Amino acid sequence: MWSESRTSEPLSTLLHPPKTKEPLMNGFLKVEQLAKAFQADKPVFADVSFGIAKGEFVCIIGHSGCGKTTILNVLAGLDTASHGHAFMDGREIAGPSLERGVVFQGHALMPWLSVRKNIEFAVKSRWPDMRRAELDQHVEKFVALVGLSAAIEKKPSQLSGGMKQRVGIARAFAIQPKMLLLDEPFGALDALTRGTIQDELMTIVRQTQQTVFMITHDVDEAILLADRILLMSNGAEVNGHYKPGGLAETVSNPLPRSRTRAQLHHLDGYYELRNHIVDFLVSRAKAH
Amino acid sequence: MNTTSLNLRAALVSLLLLAVFLGVWQIASQSPAGAGTTSAATLSADELEYAKMMGKDPGAAKATGFPGPAEVARTSWKHLSDPFYDKGPNDKGIGIQLAHSLGRVALGFLLAMVVAIPLGFLIGMSPLMQKAFNPFIQVLKPISPLAWMPLALYTLKDSGVSGIFVIFICSVWPMMINTAFGVASVKRDWLNVALTLEVSPLRKALQVILPAAAPTILTGMRISMGIAWLVIVAAEMLVGGTGIGYFVWNEWNNLSLTNVIFAVLVIGVVGMLLDLGFAQAQKAVTYVE
Repeated sequence: MWSESRTSEPLSTLLHPPKTKEPLMNGFLKVEQLAKAFQADKPVFADVSFGIAKGEFVCIIGHSGCGKTTILNVLAGLDTASHGHAFMDGREIAGPSLERGVVFQGHALMPWLSVRKNIEFAVKSRWPDMRRAELDQHVEKFVALVGLSAAIEKKPSQLSGGMKQRVGIARAFAIQPKMLLLDEPFGALDALTRGTIQDELMTIVRQTQQTVFMITHDVDEAILLADRILLMSNGAEVNGHYKPGGLAETVSNPLPRSRTRAQLHHLDGYYELRNHIVDFLVSRAKAH
Repeated sequence: MNTTSLNLRAALVSLLLLAVFLGVWQIASQSPAGAGTTSAATLSADELEYAKMMGKDPGAAKATGFPGPAEVARTSWKHLSDPFYDKGPNDKGIGIQLAHSLGRVALGFLLAMVVAIPLGFLIGMSPLMQKAFNPFIQVLKPISPLAWMPLALYTLKDSGVSGIFVIFICSVWPMMINTAFGVASVKRDWLNVALTLEVSPLRKALQVILPAAAPTILTGMRISMGIAWLVIVAAEMLVGGTGIGYFVWNEWNNLSLTNVIFAVLVIGVVGMLLDLGFAQAQKAVTYVE
């Protein structure tokens, strides 16, 4: 129902110089027939195939246990699939790489390091020979990007949950990866903070033309941020046969790329899109 | 109730306890010796002679033998005002004796660190090694370090080195076990960060695992140091020669209880200072999540 014909709006071309506008689905990231089984006869998910174009923002939605995090971990190189392959930029993903920045669910900052040192740790991993002055400048630039310049010397324990997650995002951006993987980054935040950081993330992603794959539980978050939303179903017993989970549907976001959180619910098509996803989650995603 | 007033009151109670203790000690050491002492007048000359030969001179000024606090204080002052004199093997200043003991503890402890921390890392990072090492650790850990002394003396053929070995063997277990535990419980998230950043194994060990496990490792070191300081006194009593443990034994042979009490107090204070030092170090590496 949300067909490919309703993909991006002309407004998005206004935001970027035309030369950087690449055709969608050129397959910068390709996932082919991915499956993961902890019990051989009952794979959690199977036959998951999708692609992500350069500069595209893709969200994946599904209930707990459908294997979203496993897919993300496979893309990050932290986990291996039981079957299938994932490619980025034409090369198979065989392990963790600095080409893919990961923002973890629980910020994963090192509590003994200050904000500056946390980001510096990542930057030094990427560019071991960077000179001191350049290093400082680079770190400060990315801390400023998430608006935390005032807190740069603080330890994570002195920051609020939202600030910690911002540092996590800054750390992922600071290594300038080809792709960003976000594992439900705002799950633990309160609604207000979540909104602010969503806006910030959107601004940065739009500015940097970052390719993003993100897990979320929040339908509005997906609609606000994603160009495309992947809907995942859980594995279940159907008529005595086990049916593994997998990609049930891909929904292209028809809303203009210039959308903001404040006017999102006034846009034409917003409620249809939202209802469609919620209906999927309520009635089809989980076969009880 | 604020903290200052609590601290003040606690200090007052401490002082009171000290005063009571010193008072009881003073009174107890003043009380006359055994009630059954016969007076010199009732004894014949032979009996008196015999009593003197047996060390029971009824005419001598009778002390209980147990020194009072004032005497201990005087002796302590004498020792502390000249801690580094050396008048032969059986008469050295307390500072020299302490330096010997601390030197042995430091050497044994450092050796234990060199062995226990890398091994603890290995055991903590590899479930295979954890299982493989576990039976040995479980058997070796409960052995009293002094039980190793004969084997050490026989194989090492040097009492000083044997003392150091005993310190090594008693310090190594708590450090190794705590290091392994600390390394094994480093949060998965931090290791994943290191993985996705393609951090080299050495850099991961030094910059992620070590700081993450440091508080647990230091707890192990603190426990080890406590045990080492307990053991050094006993070890030096056995091997003799120098050290605070030897000093205690030597003064017991001299029947100088005053010196023994002084040494006991010194052992307590030095042990406390060592523990305080490790507590400070622990504080320095502890992080709040």
